[in-house]
Amino acid sequence: MTKLTPVLSAHWDEKDSFTIQAYKRHGGYKASEKALAMDPDAVIQLIKDSGLRGRGGAGFPTGMKWGFIPQGDDKDHYLVVNADESEPGTCKDMPLLMANPHVLVEGCIIASHAIRAKRAFIYIRGEVTHVVRRLNQAIEDAYKAGHLGNGFDLVLHVGAGAYICGEETALLDSLEGFRGQPRLRPPFPAIAGLYARPTVVNNVESIASVPAIIANGAEWYQSMGTEKSKGATLYSLSGHVKNPGQFEAPLGITLREILELAGGVRSGHKLKFWTPGGSSTPIFTDAHLDTPLDYEGVSAAGSMLGTKALQIFDETTCVVRAVLRWTEFYKHESCGKCTPCREGTWWLVQILRDLEDGRGTEADLEKLLDLCDNIMGRSFCALGDGATSPITSSIKHFRDEYIAHLTNGGCPFDSAKSTLFEGANA
Amino acid sequence: MTTTDVAVELITVVIDGFEVNVPKGTLVIRAAEQLGIQIPRFCDHPLLDPVGACRQCLVDIEINGRAFPKPQASCTIPVEPGMIVKTQLTSPVADKAQKGVMELLLVNHPLDCPVCDKGGECPLQNQAMSTGHAESRFEGTKRTFEKPVAISSQVLLDRERCVLCARCTRFSDQIASDPFITLNHRGALQQVGIYENQPFESYFSGNAVQICPVGALTGSSYRFRARPFDLVSTPSACEHCASGCDMRTDVRRSKTLRRLAGDDATVNEEWNCDKGRWAFKYVTAVDRLTTPLVRGADGVLAPASWPEAIAAAAAGLKGKRSAVLVGGRATVEDAYGYSKFARIALGTNDIDFRARVTSDEERDFISSKVVSSTTTYADIDKADHVALVSFEPEEESPIVFLRLNKQVRKRALKVSSISTKLSIASEKLNANFAKVAPGAEAAALTALELTNKSVILVGERASETPGLLSTVISVSEKTGAKIGWIPRRAGERGAVEAGALATLLPGGRPVEDAAARVDIAAVWGVQSLPSTAGRSTSEIIKALSTGELDSVVVGGVDALDLPHSKDAIAALKKSFVVSLEIAPSSVTEVADVVLPVAAVTEKSGSFLNWEGRARAFAAAVNDSFNRSDLRILSMIADEIGESIMLGTVTQAAREISSLGTWDGARATFKSVSTSGAHSVNGDQALLTSWRRLLDLGTLQKGEDNLAGTSRKSVAVISASRAEKLGVKNGDALRISNEVGSITLPALVEAIHDDAVWIPRNSRGTQPLISLNSVHGDVVSVVKA
Repeated sequence: MTKLTPVLSAHWDEKDSFTIQAYKRHGGYKASEKALAMDPDAVIQLIKDSGLRGRGGAGFPTGMKWGFIPQGDDKDHYLVVNADESEPGTCKDMPLLMANPHVLVEGCIIASHAIRAKRAFIYIRGEVTHVVRRLNQAIEDAYKAGHLGNGFDLVLHVGAGAYICGEETALLDSLEGFRGQPRLRPPFPAIAGLYARPTVVNNVESIASVPAIIANGAEWYQSMGTEKSKGATLYSLSGHVKNPGQFEAPLGITLREILELAGGVRSGHKLKFWTPGGSSTPIFTDAHLDTPLDYEGVSAAGSMLGTKALQIFDETTCVVRAVLRWTEFYKHESCGKCTPCREGTWWLVQILRDLEDGRGTEADLEKLLDLCDNIMGRSFCALGDGATSPITSSIKHFRDEYIAHLTNGGCPFDSAKSTLFEGANA
Repeated sequence: MTTTDVAVELITVVIDGFEVNVPKGTLVIRAAEQLGIQIPRFCDHPLLDPVGACRQCLVDIEINGRAFPKPQASCTIPVEPGMIVKTQLTSPVADKAQKGVMELLLVNHPLDCPVCDKGGECPLQNQAMSTGHAESRFEGTKRTFEKPVAISSQVLLDRERCVLCARCTRFSDQIASDPFITLNHRGALQQVGIYENQPFESYFSGNAVQICPVGALTGSSYRFRARPFDLVSTPSACEHCASGCDMRTDVRRSKTLRRLAGDDATVNEEWNCDKGRWAFKYVTAVDRLTTPLVRGADGVLAPASWPEAIAAAAAGLKGKRSAVLVGGRATVEDAYGYSKFARIALGTNDIDFRARVTSDEERDFISSKVVSSTTTYADIDKADHVALVSFEPEEESPIVFLRLNKQVRKRALKVSSISTKLSIASEKLNANFAKVAPGAEAAALTALELTNKSVILVGERASETPGLLSTVISVSEKTGAKIGWIPRRAGERGAVEAGALATLLPGGRPVEDAAARVDIAAVWGVQSLPSTAGRSTSEIIKALSTGELDSVVVGGVDALDLPHSKDAIAALKKSFVVSLEIAPSSVTEVADVVLPVAAVTEKSGSFLNWEGRARAFAAAVNDSFNRSDLRILSMIADEIGESIMLGTVTQAAREISSLGTWDGARATFKSVSTSGAHSVNGDQALLTSWRRLLDLGTLQKGEDNLAGTSRKSVAVISASRAEKLGVKNGDALRISNEVGSITLPALVEAIHDDAVWIPRNSRGTQPLISLNSVHGDVVSVVKA
């Protein structure tokens, strides 16, 4: 029996799933009607009771975040939806918005009602023009249908292509028209966020999960998942796997189970390493196939659930090469505000390039680890921390492979073998 | 730390095992300083908002037993009760974190210290020694940039040296409110940049150079000129305006190479303006007067020996009807010298320090209100409302602007500006702009809501509107608002106290008060002093021209600053003129004896800033042959046979302090009624103008880099006038009257419809000379 619990993704296979008609056909905008009739505090309580936790990676309880907004303070409040999905491997919010943008619109209506916001913003990454068009259409249709307007407005803002703007305070700066760089906290966004007003910043999936919880109740949601990680979520499977894509399943499912649903690693190959939550989460190996993929389980095994971006790499992949590519990404995306991340990523790339080319000695691995230690927990925001995760975890699991590069005088792998293009290995 | 009216809550924290009590809100890094524990830092600056960018100041912190999981930036975290801090001295984790950050900072920093201006006084160099590894593990490629990039004509940027602490951009944004530089790009290629289409023309940009913790920002004038360890530094005071900045003058081999803002929390905090910082080359300008000159029988000024020149001066003054004109550059001691010289050697009260448009109303205002004024910067800090009357703080007293701006940013201080034209400063201060026609300022002042917590800051230009100073006094008396008179020049307040005014003896003593005269005569050791009030500047000029006066001693006055300057020069030409000057001026051309004097860096002395606060300074250049005004006056007095006994600055200072305070009656103020603005029609407009900070001022001579950031000369008219004239921005406008005309590009801005504004002493626009008018007079404005 399948372990899948499609809620968000229930109708993605319908041709017109992204239209307001399709959304309404399946009961869309009923939840917001129900929620708007409720007391805002009751909505917050319901979300608290459901156990919904932030799906952007940190797993902070969503209801509690809403509860931090000061009430009756005579200030404007804002809801800001973080749709700046940019991490290598992470691909849940964009497919969700492509296939079902209205669920986010409805989620915004409900969440804004709960936190007494009259205006919500969706900050979406700039590169996804097709998703922007769909979301714009959805917002336009929602206005026409009267779900938006009448005192509540939803604004879609397109970013300019910076990974750092996924960091919530950098996102707020960018939204205000400044360069996206993380802000000093405190004050936290709940007190002084967008335009220095109380602001909730939530991930797309967190907000999109809200309508179903309102419609089906907290108990229904609680019935899925594990003790502390309630509900179902989108796992995005990519890489060396037969059927990549999004798999909506209760929290706590294992990679072994998801791989089964996806038809396994590409035929003739076996799992070498994988990320549980995108490139900034420490990598796992086949030893972690049965780790429960919930917030606690992944954490206990030494990584983070993150965005549940399961990137699968088989034995043809050179881990040094993969890590170098990720590190180049972080170097390119470092905003430059703080020293450890800015200078550290600049340096890390150079050391890793040398290692990949077989230059250096084993002592360089120690230097690399020490350097990561000087970046991890020393940088201004989590970007710098994330940059070190693939390096430290890969040296932990595959030190021998690094050394092999040195003894071999270069990469021992045939990089063509790991490519997925049709005929690449012909 | 300044005293406040509110009791401050103290918090006890433990840092490296030592307890320290600090006010609530103190940052950990600052609390550590109280204990003498220095945590390395780059982005942190006590006068800028915390940013936590460089990560150099990481320390371990626990609060009531709960430890932060990772080291925290001590520059961003305020102390809390129960906080235990472990710095690099006691925490191996903090120590490693700091060393790690230092190593990272050096990854992309060039090893060019031997050719870097900052080398030897560089926080990065110093802290790399204290906190860094002896050897770098970095073997890769450093980022490189084309160098240098000109941020402006006076500030250059070497991007590869920049550690991206953002002090410069934060200063420009938070302190000067000139956000024309910003960080661009990202990652290690992040860099300081300026807007493509807007020049970086801040009056305060030198501060960004001074607080740069590396050699990334350098001043064009100092770049590659000296090593810091070859410089001899002398604490000094700024001679450029009445703000009263504390300064440091750095000299190598008798030549001033740079000046820096000094540190005085009560006055300039740690800032100064670019004029104060960079306008010092006039001292070494090629046309500097170096030897006495005496006009011979052939009518030509020829070099002369000092005894010859002193004798010639004395001969022309002795037994003659003489007066003294002393300019605003004089120190307190020099002004005192002129004051005493006038009374004893010349036996007259005909002395005036005001080389500008003045009035008897202003003289009375000064004698009665300024001499006793106690208004200070602290009053701005506490004010509920500050009214600016005929005063543009950024142009005329920049540190007053910074102080206002600080309070506007910090607590939304209400500022009202009564002015003819909206200024950049008024916009930055978010000021309530009371737009008036030139001459109609008084009515707008009366309309303001002021209380006894308010401050009226009135500029020297108030004397140009009859009745305005009378209104300032009446409004102050009615509301209890304090008055701060802020003249433009550094020496004016000191000259008031030194008695360089027709109605005042030293210490604010009224000339016509017999007891006051007895006071001074006793100290000076003379039988009596002239007892009737003397002539003002314009009266002296008039008397010289009619022959009622024979001769005049002129010190630091340019006749071109006087109203009716052509008449003034003619009057001087008729008379016997002794000129004490640094460089040739319009007075030199008509002088009979020219005596070169020392510039500020070559002598000791003091100024009184607008508050009346003494700003003493020592000679920065010790081996100058130039003598102070006072020494020369003393020699002339000896030659005349009426000694003033002021051989040295120290002697003068001692004598001034021995005068004691005057507790007798002040001069009384005779109120003058306002006349209001003239009416205009057709092409007519009322002229209004003020001096900008950077202009054709003689003390800015020789510094082209500074001049490069001066604001462009424009003629400002209102939108409706522009429409009437069919003029748009940039079109040439001709402003003229029966005296002459000035042609400038038009700029349409918020200005009273009846007015036209032009800069007072800038390139192509010196209305006092060209139009014999600066404020309130009717001129014609047409499209040129």
